[in-house]
Amino acid sequence: MIHSLFLINNTGDIFLEKHWKSVIGRSVCDYFFEAKDKAGDPENVPPVLQTPHHYLISIYRGKLFLLSVIQSEVSPLFVIEFLHRVADTIQDYFGECSENVIKENLVIVYELLEEMLDNGFPLATESNVLKEMIRPPNILRSVVNTLTDTLPTGQLSNVPWRRAGVKYTNNEAYFDVIEEIDAIIDKSGTTVFAEIQGAIEACVRLTGIPDLTLSFMNPRLLDDVSFHPCVRFKRWEAERVLSFIPPDGNFTLMTYHISSQNLVAIPVYVKQNISFFDTASCGRLDITIGPKQTMGKMVEGLSVTIPMPKSVHSANLTATQGSYTFDLATKVLVWDIGKLNPQKLPNLKGSLSIQSGVPKPEENPSLSIGLKVQQLAISGIKVNRLDMYGEKYKPFKGVKYVTKAGKFQVRT
Amino acid sequence: MTDSKYFTTTKKGEIFELKAELNSDKKEKKKEAVKKVIASMTVGKDVSALFPDVVNCMQTDNLELKKLVYLYLMNYAKSQPDMAIMAVNTFVKDCEDPNPLIRALAVRTMGCIRVDKITEYLCEPLRKCLKDEDPYVRKTAAVCVAKLHDINAQLVEDQGFLDTLKDLISDSNPMVVANAVAALSEIAESHPNSNLLDLNPQTINKLLTALNECTEWGQIFILDCLANYTPRDDRESQSICERVTPRLSHANSAVVLSAVKVLMKFMEMLPKDLDYYGTLLKKLAPPLVTLLSAEPELQYVALRNINLIVQRRPEILKHEMKVFFVKYNDPIYVKLEKLDIMIRLASQANIAQVLAELKEYATEVDVDFVRKAVRAIGRCAIKVEQSAERCVSTLLDLIQTKVNYVVQEAIVVIKDIFRKYPNKYESVIATLCENLDSLDEPEARAAMIWIVGEYAERIDNADELLESFLEGFHDESTQVQLQLLTGIVKLFLKKPTETQELVQQVLSLATQDSDNPDLRDRGYIYWRLLSTDPVAAKEVVLAEKPLISEETDLIEPTLLEELICHIGTLASVYHKPPSAFVEGSRGVQHKRLPGSAGSGESVESPEPASAAVPEASPSIIPSQGDLLGDLLNLDLTPPTSTAAPPPTSGLQMGAMDLLGGGLDSLLGGDLGGNPMGAGFGAPASAMPPSFSAPASGGLDDLFDLGGGVGMPTGAYTPPKTMWLPAMKGKGLEISGTFARRSGVIQMEMTLTNKAMSVMTDFAIQFNRNSFGLAPAGPLQVLTPLSPNQSIEVSLPLNTLGPIMKMDPLNNLQVAVKNNIDVFYFSCQYPMSVLFSEDGKMESKVFLVTWKDIPNDNETQCQIKDCHLNSDAASNKLQGSNVFTIAKRTVEGQDMLYQSLKLTNGIWVLAELKVQTGSPVFTVSLKCRAPEVSQAVFQSYEAILRN
Repeated sequence: MIHSLFLINNTGDIFLEKHWKSVIGRSVCDYFFEAKDKAGDPENVPPVLQTPHHYLISIYRGKLFLLSVIQSEVSPLFVIEFLHRVADTIQDYFGECSENVIKENLVIVYELLEEMLDNGFPLATESNVLKEMIRPPNILRSVVNTLTDTLPTGQLSNVPWRRAGVKYTNNEAYFDVIEEIDAIIDKSGTTVFAEIQGAIEACVRLTGIPDLTLSFMNPRLLDDVSFHPCVRFKRWEAERVLSFIPPDGNFTLMTYHISSQNLVAIPVYVKQNISFFDTASCGRLDITIGPKQTMGKMVEGLSVTIPMPKSVHSANLTATQGSYTFDLATKVLVWDIGKLNPQKLPNLKGSLSIQSGVPKPEENPSLSIGLKVQQLAISGIKVNRLDMYGEKYKPFKGVKYVTKAGKFQVRT
Repeated sequence: MTDSKYFTTTKKGEIFELKAELNSDKKEKKKEAVKKVIASMTVGKDVSALFPDVVNCMQTDNLELKKLVYLYLMNYAKSQPDMAIMAVNTFVKDCEDPNPLIRALAVRTMGCIRVDKITEYLCEPLRKCLKDEDPYVRKTAAVCVAKLHDINAQLVEDQGFLDTLKDLISDSNPMVVANAVAALSEIAESHPNSNLLDLNPQTINKLLTALNECTEWGQIFILDCLANYTPRDDRESQSICERVTPRLSHANSAVVLSAVKVLMKFMEMLPKDLDYYGTLLKKLAPPLVTLLSAEPELQYVALRNINLIVQRRPEILKHEMKVFFVKYNDPIYVKLEKLDIMIRLASQANIAQVLAELKEYATEVDVDFVRKAVRAIGRCAIKVEQSAERCVSTLLDLIQTKVNYVVQEAIVVIKDIFRKYPNKYESVIATLCENLDSLDEPEARAAMIWIVGEYAERIDNADELLESFLEGFHDESTQVQLQLLTGIVKLFLKKPTETQELVQQVLSLATQDSDNPDLRDRGYIYWRLLSTDPVAAKEVVLAEKPLISEETDLIEPTLLEELICHIGTLASVYHKPPSAFVEGSRGVQHKRLPGSAGSGESVESPEPASAAVPEASPSIIPSQGDLLGDLLNLDLTPPTSTAAPPPTSGLQMGAMDLLGGGLDSLLGGDLGGNPMGAGFGAPASAMPPSFSAPASGGLDDLFDLGGGVGMPTGAYTPPKTMWLPAMKGKGLEISGTFARRSGVIQMEMTLTNKAMSVMTDFAIQFNRNSFGLAPAGPLQVLTPLSPNQSIEVSLPLNTLGPIMKMDPLNNLQVAVKNNIDVFYFSCQYPMSVLFSEDGKMESKVFLVTWKDIPNDNETQCQIKDCHLNSDAASNKLQGSNVFTIAKRTVEGQDMLYQSLKLTNGIWVLAELKVQTGSPVFTVSLKCRAPEVSQAVFQSYEAILRN
């Protein structure tokens, strides 16, 4: 199981270590540093490394590496999932998962790590259970003791995700249906591949032990789903209804995936032309975005990100809407557009200059599109009704829909 | 309020100040001080000096302070064991506390203190906690057993904790069950045969019940444990599958993959015509696809596993090609894996899409990825015949980009396409030739030269092209040199009139000016072939080539089966069996897929029923790594194939004819004794035998033995050992030993076919070795070896082969070939097989020789635990041709004087001291070539002890 954990920043400093069994020297990280140097980009460091005596399994999040040391044959997915859970917990406690935040809260982080794993086996990873034992650093913490003397009841109950004795004056349950479109569009505008990653994010603040049922107008759309442990799978299989006792607070109720075999609507089209000249050391760029299948809704938060070839050293462009930036260090061009006006299509046009004496770039940069459509689930999924059992009061209920661009790429 | 304040220091010294604060009377101040200590500890500062002061804070009612002190204790107890003892009482007391949280905390912390003395005190509290009324305490105690086992395994067994742990599998609380399973699984890893997790239908039922109710992590442990179970029949298998399938919808990807493992394994037992089988197949695809939308690290592990699943059951994901399309900002490790799976899924139905994608990738930024994409196009052409033409035209488009590394990769793969579809795409050769000058990588240059040589008759200026390479011959890498040599010889055979000068030039460059033995040998072979019998040369060099096979990169079936059982583990990421890399010899059991319960119709099952379907026709050899083929540049079909003239004998004849021509000195014994010897690629620099005896001795000896005194009985033969595990032999397993029978050395082998296809065309060769051991005849495996069949083969050996000193001296490197591949392994033969029957020295000669050999050459060793008297020892040794010449008894000690002679004429003299009643023998060996003493001694030991 998980033996040790090292937290390492972008520049390769180990700023926290935790051992759940015997202590393993820091030198074991040298293998990781070697791989990191070789990979160049921190995103490209292979997540599973083999050393003569250990395995190193790492994740990269928020410019931090969480590196675990493993000594026996374990499931690497288990380790990676756990590491992400550590990062999630730190984010949950302190608002973000960064070196500064962790350094400022070292003792709490250390206490958390101790509670999350025992002898390398996960112990308490549910946020509500942890918060019962170790208070997050808010005003409460300075007044009350950091650690409570109560038994973490959640760990033993049949619903470990829900803490006992929840009380609210305003009882409310909100559900956000969030869909992200992952797509690859080729040069000519044809969709090479498109799929939808959907999630239902819930914010539930209800007194007592409420038992909720959520049903859909068109559940047949959902054939590939992953549920929060609270969802009763049998009910779903039999009736296509989500029945659950919710955790308290924010959680992801379910995620779903609508595969590339279904037809996925693409909200915008992109006309682009990026070319470099053979003779002069410059190139041209011309991008126009227009609405395609928006289901009558407004497209907002539109943006285009282009990682330019390394030899491009400046861009001289004019945007009819929004503004653009070109980062000289990373060579990333970002065009922030905002709302898409169907009457007056946004356009970005102008010239790119290339370092002189360098041959023209061989690769074609891809465009990443960002966008958001409120009040629309692009798959067409619709919540039918939400019912509550087990408690007497009437809660406030609400469902919101939003569609975003996920990994939405246009090739040039 | 943040913790950074804990790091402010004053000039007086941090430790000093903390000490004062820890001993303060005020509780708050104490707690703050402990926090400062912990903060320092977390960043790796050494605060162990404060141990006694921190431990003094432990006796407190304040739970937070207690926890902090525990944290400190766990970290430093190991370095301060005596101090740690001070804490024991508090622990024992806390284990009795009315608050279950405190009880659990105490037992949990005690297990983390890795000090032997403390563990003794831990046993009683642990025993109580394992039976605690509170499940929270029980589940913590279960993990504690695993901790304790890690520190002191014997103690855990003696105290009976393992049995208690096994009982917890039937606990009423699912979390306790899950933790008990986790603890037992971890302990079982260090006791592979302990049968700790004795799974039967009852326990399985309990696990399945707990599976529904425990946490996500518990589910992983339980699923991994379930995967080790083998159901009794297909009905049980189906019922387990039905109860595991809901886990495929879990949000935790590790749960999903562990469930996939259980299903993939148990599916093997389901009859294929069962409706449920089809349903299950359909259910597996969506969760696997979903794994690919997770974080990149998870994607990577998922992709490595999907790679296995696709090889075992391609039908699951055959419609999901698109999800493997690469996004430009995927990490490189994800891109490479996706590409691999795309090729595995490529079929006639989707090849157009795949090719369009691959072409797109070939213009990406990352060089490694681009290269792999270009290679992938070639693999598609070889895999999907209908697409070959389109692949070739795509490759030509890419060559037009003139991007250097793209062009070179493209040429390498086009060569492979030519080898798969000869005489089909030669029209592109002109385009390839245009790029000749830009090729700077050896592999691409070699590929280009191969193409020019192979199609020399269609290229007008082939001679000019090859000549241009010849100018810098000595600066080229070996690969290019070898290719150039063969290419020009082919050219000469096709257009003899105008290229005579060229061929002479290359032959002399290769044979006279080169230090590389492979190149030299190949040069000589061609030279002689050409000068003796040009017709035969043509038949050999221009023989029809075997086609390359399409799926050379598939994982060998037995390995794949094992890896499927390890889905989700590190083994599945590395595509190696756990035994290949798990630390130490913690004996990992090989897992096998269960056989199908259906009738014999299941072709995929490893059962003998599938024997009827050989995987590939025997004329196909893999495109890579065939050293035999490499020697002759794949110009030869395998010797056993009936289509081509037997090249072995042809070569031998040619060589023999010319041996008198003054070249034999250069060639040494290579060609005479072992015509294919150079194929081993061993450093062939002439190695003078380091033995004092004349080399011809070996020959004489052999003849001598032929009619000599046979000593058929009593010769020692060691038991067979594993030489080539099936894992390395693509299913061929070889175990064997050496024996000396009637004066002939025999290599006795058991060949077992553990693959799924029939094996044929066996052949064997040895590398040069210390005593010139060589097969005296071909390997007699006349009938094809069917799957799961074993055959015993006895191969007579002679000692006429080429000689090279090995380390260890008795090491023998062997190559075995069959229709699948060539396999290499090395083994060690007992020196005793070299003890010749005429090894009895006359006593006078013995005396003189003993004195004659300098004392420096004497080595002395002891053999322990040998319960023989001197006569029995003498008889035993005589059975193996160690002859006793004289015996002397001095003060109850028998001295035996013995002699033996090795096949190469080296005499070894020995003095064996046997103390009556003592099991320790002392052997002194004297020999003019003391290098052999160690190996001879080993034989002594082996003979006497058996």
